[in-house]
Amino acid sequence: MSEDRLDVRKTYKLLINGAFPRSESGRSYEVTTAKGEFLANVAQGSRKDVRDAVVAARGAQSKWWGQSAYNRGQVIYRLAEMAESRRDELAEHVRLAEGLSSKKAQVCVSRAIDRIVWYAGWTDKIAQILGSSNPVAGPFFNFSVPVPSGVVGVLCEQESSLETFVNAVLAPIAVGNTVVAVASEKRPTPAVLLGEMTATADFPAGLLNIVTGFTGEVAPTLASHEDVDGIDLGGVDEEFANELAQLAAGSIKRVLRPGPNEDASLRRLRAFVETSTVWHTIGQ
Amino acid sequence: MSIAPLRLVTSDERGVRLPSDSSVPVIENETQLRALLSGLSGVDAVGAEARAAKLATRSLKKSTKLAALDLAISMVDLTTLEGADTPGRVTSLCTKALHPDPSDPNVPSVAAVCVYPDLVAHARSVLGASPVKVASVATAFPSGRASLNIKLMDVREAVSAGADEIDMVIDRGAFLSGRVGQVFDEVVAVKEACGAAHLKVILETGELATYDNARRASWIAMLGGADFIKTSTGKVGVNATLPTALVMLEAVRDFAETTGVVVGVKVAGGIRTTKDALRYLVVINETAGSRWLSPDYFRFGASSLLNDLLMQRLKQRRGVYVRPDEFSGD
Amino acid sequence: MSEDLTNSSLGAMTYDPAPESAAIARLKTAYGLFINGEFSDPSSHESFVTLNPANEESLASVAQASVADVDRAVYAARRAYDNVWSKTTGAERSKYLFRIARLIQERSRELAVVETLDNGKPIRESRDVDIPLAAAHFFYYAGWADKLDHAGFGPNPKPLGVAGQIIPWNFPLLMAAWKLAPALAAGNTCVLKPAETTPLSALILAEILQQAELPEGVVNIITGDGSTGAALVDHPGVDKIAFTGSTEVGRLIQQRVASSHKHLTLELGGKGANIAFEDAPIDEMIEGIIDGIFFNQGHVCCAGSRLLVQESVADEVLRRLIRRVDQLRVGDPLDKNTDVGAINSAAQLARIKELTAYGEEEGATRYTSSCPLPDKGYWFAPTVFADVSQSHRIAREEIFGPVLSVLTFRTPEEAVAKANNTNYGLACGVWSEKGSRTLWVAERLRAGVIWANTYNRFDPTSPFGGVRESGFGREGGRHGLEAYLNV
Repeated sequence: MSEDRLDVRKTYKLLINGAFPRSESGRSYEVTTAKGEFLANVAQGSRKDVRDAVVAARGAQSKWWGQSAYNRGQVIYRLAEMAESRRDELAEHVRLAEGLSSKKAQVCVSRAIDRIVWYAGWTDKIAQILGSSNPVAGPFFNFSVPVPSGVVGVLCEQESSLETFVNAVLAPIAVGNTVVAVASEKRPTPAVLLGEMTATADFPAGLLNIVTGFTGEVAPTLASHEDVDGIDLGGVDEEFANELAQLAAGSIKRVLRPGPNEDASLRRLRAFVETSTVWHTIGQ
Repeated sequence: MSIAPLRLVTSDERGVRLPSDSSVPVIENETQLRALLSGLSGVDAVGAEARAAKLATRSLKKSTKLAALDLAISMVDLTTLEGADTPGRVTSLCTKALHPDPSDPNVPSVAAVCVYPDLVAHARSVLGASPVKVASVATAFPSGRASLNIKLMDVREAVSAGADEIDMVIDRGAFLSGRVGQVFDEVVAVKEACGAAHLKVILETGELATYDNARRASWIAMLGGADFIKTSTGKVGVNATLPTALVMLEAVRDFAETTGVVVGVKVAGGIRTTKDALRYLVVINETAGSRWLSPDYFRFGASSLLNDLLMQRLKQRRGVYVRPDEFSGD
Repeated sequence: MSEDLTNSSLGAMTYDPAPESAAIARLKTAYGLFINGEFSDPSSHESFVTLNPANEESLASVAQASVADVDRAVYAARRAYDNVWSKTTGAERSKYLFRIARLIQERSRELAVVETLDNGKPIRESRDVDIPLAAAHFFYYAGWADKLDHAGFGPNPKPLGVAGQIIPWNFPLLMAAWKLAPALAAGNTCVLKPAETTPLSALILAEILQQAELPEGVVNIITGDGSTGAALVDHPGVDKIAFTGSTEVGRLIQQRVASSHKHLTLELGGKGANIAFEDAPIDEMIEGIIDGIFFNQGHVCCAGSRLLVQESVADEVLRRLIRRVDQLRVGDPLDKNTDVGAINSAAQLARIKELTAYGEEEGATRYTSSCPLPDKGYWFAPTVFADVSQSHRIAREEIFGPVLSVLTFRTPEEAVAKANNTNYGLACGVWSEKGSRTLWVAERLRAGVIWANTYNRFDPTSPFGGVRESGFGREGGRHGLEAYLNV
């Protein structure tokens, strides 16, 4: 920063329905770097913010899924372009948040961006991998296609500020879901930055909603919300995850408790898809 | 392409009491006819076949079976339609028709004897005033490939020789090439030529190929004045099938509901066993209903079927299976 | 117009009784628990009686498995997994499954009669649907056992271990096949708990497993009530729970396993909509609507219990439908001509009566078949409610009985909106001769299975299962393997 001018500080806000509001509660909390120095004031989302985010996600879901798979891929790829052009900013925040060297932070950003590209390519292929034509014993044309579960809540991993966030959020999005993500409580700024980039990446409003704040406070609202179809419990400890999984059972949610090597398989992509099977008679 | 001229069909001419709120208009031209036909519900082949197959699993036992056997016998149009037919052959057929099982007077006579036009007079002389009808195929049976005049002559000759019933064939070529007005006109003309004789209209559903066509052809025939609609000539690869009969029974049911006119159904070709025949009775029972469970409204065009019905009948009574030689081979 | 003009009554030709012989079932008076390859008494020595719902007569006495028995069964399954089944090659597992499939075919008549006696379903259905499909499921998954590398889950996918499987009373043997066949093909061992009111066919299946010389403990079948199921769900030695049943119980199970690392698949309730467009093939559609709701007395999770009919044809469809309903033959399930059998239990009958009473109270118009009902047993005449609104309980709650609610719509969009206006999402039907509209609708329906111009069709190659509160996971097809593999 230049010595002779007062820098302009940024308020880190929520992402709900394509807008960047402060928390409706008017609260924020202080986020520090890995070294414990002040980094930013970040909006402290409330239960009501979660609720608003779910409404936004629900509203966007049929529109997102209604776009062609090709278009969805283009939109996600556009996010990679945005991230690449602002990679230094991302790397700086990853560095500060995770306490990495600049070089390692750059590697981390590269991997995250490459992963975005990977997901961009999945949108129009996943149906061919998870779908099938089924040779039933009768005069019927029968096919199965993967369809999104709907609205997915993601409790983001606490330590990995960007890479796991990308995986956890873009896997459900790539297969047609919309997402309400609760960013890492201690390391939220890279996620918020990426959220800002979605605004210039043609992400329809409501496709990705990011709530920052205290995971412990908002997670039960997300887990118990009956209009949320699935939840990724990656960001909470086992005991809390058990509690949230019980809440999720109230509306028979799909629950993902990611394992250590989750991103090597297609499990994240499969976690929030449903198989829809259509039969049609074949006759003259 | 010219639109075939359609006769204005009035309710009087057809003897049809068209209800005032009927959804079936009097047909005045081919365009109207085509519109009516395309307004008929389609038939889902898989569904129709599944329904027929399900009805085929009905199990008729004891008194139901006995009654059904007698009913089936009474519905038989005992048929011989061979180039080798002779007066002698027709005589034995007529004898059999009158008393299918001479050892048991309770066995009903069959509904009719069905022959080519040139043998009508002979059949008539053998059957005399018995209730067994003389039916004759006509209209250049089985292909129908002749001029309308020749077809009408064929009909008139058969009627004047004493035929009670005329089994005409529709012009499948005209139907398949979209000249539905021509098909309709021919039915109307043949009906007129029949005079008092009943008209059975053979759709030859095996050549029409689809159930949709069977349904549409059924309606053309019924609108044209058919007393019966009939599946087949028995002379092509695919003859009567249970699902086709199902579709035609639905057609006569719907026609009766719409117009009040009850048209019969005749299934012909390939029906050889009692099991087959009883399945048709079940389909009637559960599709069109009791009105059609009568030789007035349902017929089997068959020859070897009769002996199988007789054998089953005797088996039900004796409790043991009987030899084919119990009955005459006619 | 009409009926008077034609004066034709449907089904006037009565059919003499054509009953299948109950003796074919060769039932024993009492059955034990099938644990570790043999039948044994439960530790508590408690038993309960399973009834024939068609006449309320006792069929057999069945063991009530206690917590200790569940423990014994899980232990047997664990031992079999560790010592035998996990070391058995896919090719060998495959041959066991083929054997089981063949034995089901060979004993199909006996199984059909047992199923009909214990469940109340018409013999035509157990004979033509339940038993052949059960065999077909074993045949299908038999072929997967040595091909798992090619199932699309990466190389060498691993089984989960011990699977606890809880199945409902509506398709007892078929549900056992749906659970066991993929689990065994994938290399798991199983503890299966059949429903309290329909345990018998699973116990015959246990005999078949003995005949097939399936290694002891690979499949254990324990009978009992809800407490047995709860003990199985809670057992720490179980790696996987697969449940088919009500959403209510499914929710409890999901809650109970939430704190464990058990894998879970649920196949729960539904309120399926059959969407009738004006251009539908009407005769086949009427049959499809009938099959959709009266197949198996409507005891079908994917039943088409809501009919959404386009207003332009609503009167016509309803008229034909009611004519057809009146024709259904209700009575002795063993009679080969019976269309609709007995309600499975007194409790279920009470539930159906309760909900249909609401239907009338809420102002829907009720048509009940005029069919005569037997004096003894649990019976409910096929019923259609017209003038039903979205907010009526009979349009929202799963009745699980022979009761159809008819609603109307005006446009495809409205049809989809009404069909989706439910927390369930198991199955829907679409009836139209217009392919593009059918696919448009199918794409928008939130349901795991969509039948176009047909209904209630099942096949081992076709994935089955729900979305939303109808559960998660699929049974059938390649997808069905996923529920039993650690992938």
